[in-house]
Amino acid sequence: MAEDPDASAARARTKKLVNDADEVVEEMIEGVLAAHPAHLVRLDHPRALGAPRGERGPREGKVGLVIGGGSGHEPTFLGYVGRGLADAVAVGNVFASPPPDPIVECARHASGGEGVLFMYGNYAGDVMNFDMAAEMAAMDGIEVRTVITTDDVASAPADRKDERRGVAGNFFSFKAAGAACDAMLGLDECERIARKANERTLTMGVALSPCSLPQTRVPNFEIGPDEMEIGLGIHGEPGVRRGPLESADAVVDALMDAILDEMTPERGERVAVLVNSLGATPPMELYVMNRRVHRRLADAGARVHATWVGPYCTSMEMAGASVTIHRLDAELVEMLDRSCDCAMFRSGQR
Amino acid sequence: MSDGGADGGDWDAAALVAGLGRVDEAMRAHRDGLCELDGVIGDADHGVTMTTGFKAVRAALDEPGAAADPTAALNAAARAFLNAVGASAGPLYATALMRAAAALKGRESIDAEGAGALVAAMADGVAARGKAEVGDKTMLDAWRPAAEAAVEAAAVAGATVADVIGAAAEAAETGSRRTVDMQARKGRSAKLGERSIGHMDAGAASAALLLRALAGRGAVELPSPRTITHGPPPR
Repeated sequence: MAEDPDASAARARTKKLVNDADEVVEEMIEGVLAAHPAHLVRLDHPRALGAPRGERGPREGKVGLVIGGGSGHEPTFLGYVGRGLADAVAVGNVFASPPPDPIVECARHASGGEGVLFMYGNYAGDVMNFDMAAEMAAMDGIEVRTVITTDDVASAPADRKDERRGVAGNFFSFKAAGAACDAMLGLDECERIARKANERTLTMGVALSPCSLPQTRVPNFEIGPDEMEIGLGIHGEPGVRRGPLESADAVVDALMDAILDEMTPERGERVAVLVNSLGATPPMELYVMNRRVHRRLADAGARVHATWVGPYCTSMEMAGASVTIHRLDAELVEMLDRSCDCAMFRSGQR
Repeated sequence: MSDGGADGGDWDAAALVAGLGRVDEAMRAHRDGLCELDGVIGDADHGVTMTTGFKAVRAALDEPGAAADPTAALNAAARAFLNAVGASAGPLYATALMRAAAALKGRESIDAEGAGALVAAMADGVAARGKAEVGDKTMLDAWRPAAEAAVEAAAVAGATVADVIGAAAEAAETGSRRTVDMQARKGRSAKLGERSIGHMDAGAASAALLLRALAGRGAVELPSPRTITHGPPPR
C-alpha cells in the first residue's frame, strides 16, 4: 500500500515527436491535408474534414456517411474518408469524442438530400455528442440515422452486445456502409447493411505495453515487463485477463477461442480477416499471428475471402494487436469487394 | 465590486467569472492527478479534458461583453466547454451550465438562494444528459449530494454564496469518496464490473475539485488514488 508518492513523478515520460501538445490534433490535421489533397478538404469547421463533393464524395441522391471519434487511432477515423467509404469525419481531441458542431458540419457536407448515416464506436461521450449533433442536423432538415459499432467481444457478454465498445471492427462496418451509400441505395437499406455488418463483426485484442497522452506523456496504464492483457480496450480500458506473456500462437488461440465461441461458422462460410496493430507491434509479428488465425479458421471450417494485416485502428504507441473476423454473406461480399479510394485506404478495382 | 466570494457578499457576473477562473487554475494544478485516477478504471484523459475545457471557458469569458450577467457568463461557459472538449464531460457540463444559466435568468447577481439554485440546476443537467443514477459511480454521485447540501445551506439564515458552494463542495467530496466502494454501472468503467470497485471515479473527483475551487475557500486538493483504497461505508 505504502507506495512512494514520488513514484509516478519519477516514472519515465514517453518520448514523442510533438511540438505543442495542445496543438497536436490541429498540426496532425494540417499534415494530413497536405498529404491527401485529392481525398480530404477542410469543411467550415477546423475539426470537420470531408471528401470533395462530386463523383469522389458526397453527391445528390447519395446517402451521406459521417464517421468520427477521438484522435489517436489513425488511420481510424480520418483515413477512411473517400469514394466508396465515408463522406466526412469529425475529429475529436486525443481519445475524446468530437463536440456536436463539427459533426453537424460533416452532416451538412455529406447530405445529398437522401439522409445521412452516423457511424461511430460505442462510447458514452461519442453517443452524447453525436446524438446532440443529430438533433441539430434534424433542425436543418437533414434526416440522420445512427449505427453504433460494438465489435469488441471482451467488453461485454454476447447477450449484451449493444453495450460493447467499437474497436478495429469499424473497418469492416464502415466499409460495408460506405459501399452501400456509394451504390446509391436508400437510407433504410444503408442503415440495414451497416447494422448487419456490425452484428457480424467480432474483435478480440491483446495489449503488451501502454500508450500515453501527448499532454501527459505518462503511460495510461501499468503492465509488468513480462505481462500481457487480453481484451484491453483501445484507450487502455482494462481487459478480461492479465497474465504472463505467451507465444503468438497461444495468444491468437485465446483471441480466436473467444471469437469462434460466438460466431460458430457454418462449414464453408466466408469470412474476412483483419489482424490489426495497436501501434507499436510491427508487421512481422502481425503476420506471425495471421498464420495462426488462418489455421484456426480453416480448422473451424471457415473460408477466408480476404485478409488485411497492418495498423488500421491504433492507440498511438501502444504495443499489441487485435484480430477481427467479419462474417460474410453474399450481400456483404459485394459491399466488401466494391472499390474504395480513401486517404489512407484503397481497395478493389475501379 | 466583489472579490469572488471571499467577502461573503452576493456574486455579480465578475465574481462568478473570477470563480470560474479559480476552477481553471485548480484543474490545471490537478490535471495529471485526474488523468491518473481515470487511468485506473477509464481511459486516462479526464484531467486533460477538464483542463482543456476550463481553459476555453476562461478565454471565452475574457471576451468583452461575454459576461454581461451571470446567465450570459454561464451560457458562454457552456458553449466554450462543449466545443473545446467534446468527450463525455463536454455534453454533461455544457448541459449543467446551460441549466444553471436558465435557473439564474433575469438576475443581476447571485445570492445564497441563487447559489443553491445554481448547484441544483447543474446537478439536474448532469443527470438529464448522462441518464445515470446515484450509485452508478459517476460524477452524479458528487453532484447530487452537492445539490442537496447547497439547497439546505441556502435555507440557513445569513448564509453567504461562499457558504452555500462550500457546503456543496464538502458534500461532493464525501460523495466522490463513496464512489470508491461502488461498482460502475455507467460510462466507460462500467465495462469493468467488479474490477471498478476500490477506485474513485475521476468525474466525481473533478466535480468536488470544481466546487471547492468555485467556493474559493482554502487550498484545493485531490485525494490520491494511491492512498485511498476505501471510502466511508455506503449509506
